[in-house]
Amino acid sequence: MKHLKFLLVGIFFGIVLVKSEAVSWYRIYEMFRFQSFHMYGIIGTAVLLGILFFFISKKGTIKNTQNETINFTSKDKGFIRYIVGGSIFGLGWALIGACPGPMYILLGTGVFSMLIAIASALVGTFLYGVLKNKLPH
Amino acid sequence: MNFILNPWPWYVSGPLIALVMALLVYFGKTFGMSSNLKTMCTMLGANKFSDFFKVDWKEQSWNLVVVIGAIIGGYIAVNFLSNDAVTNLNPKTISELAALGFNNPGTTLVPNELYDYESIMSGKGLLILIMGGLLVGFGTRYADGCTSGHAITGLSSLQKPSLIAVIGFFIGGLVMTNLILPLIF
Repeated sequence: MKHLKFLLVGIFFGIVLVKSEAVSWYRIYEMFRFQSFHMYGIIGTAVLLGILFFFISKKGTIKNTQNETINFTSKDKGFIRYIVGGSIFGLGWALIGACPGPMYILLGTGVFSMLIAIASALVGTFLYGVLKNKLPH
Repeated sequence: MNFILNPWPWYVSGPLIALVMALLVYFGKTFGMSSNLKTMCTMLGANKFSDFFKVDWKEQSWNLVVVIGAIIGGYIAVNFLSNDAVTNLNPKTISELAALGFNNPGTTLVPNELYDYESIMSGKGLLILIMGGLLVGFGTRYADGCTSGHAITGLSSLQKPSLIAVIGFFIGGLVMTNLILPLIF
């Protein structure tokens, strides 16, 4: 039952992303054509509030459920992996209009052909794991 | 009820996404929707091919529960919390997409030209979904995160690697939407 809260957060996340239209292929197209503020407004307000959340919680005023001071996982230093990996990700995101979260959510909305993209994303993840040591990071 | 059934404006949606991140961090976890792909690879036996997948997937099982929740959430949202509202796209976007050969932009969440049975059977949709999935899956692990991990969590915690990754997301996205999509359609 300790997983119930994660199920509920997942359900809430799925509902929010459908109702916000962030799972819409067309909204992603529109964003990358700079023809609407909608997606920028969503990401912008989420990040601003996120900054506020980390700012307040870092002072130790909020403890997490394990009673530890709230912190975030730091990403490793680097440049190439982020710019190249990010660009590869962006190509795919704009092509199918879905990043990993929306892939699952769209499957739930009844887009069953998304299973093809999800299976391919698994293969892509596998390929990275196999090629990792040969790639510049 | 109309304010729930209609699409939600950005100033409602953005804060609610921040809430999702805050809840997961409060539960001692992190908001990242692509890690589950790695976990699933491990469960399918990828650890036999690369040390990258030698992780204890049971420790990551919470992540898979979030995924199951997200699928259920998508189902609930379209079946019980929506009306027939059409996505309120920029008229310019609609005419552009119509010129590229997309029928009725915004009436569905994803274009039939990519996702419906007919497009997949013609091979074109199939190829696009396979290519897109590969790029997303490979790119997200190479960049060590996706939209939720870098654009939301990483930027919120003011991390430079995440800013670089988000710039990458936009380089790729702009190239695909502005240069490659018009060639495919």
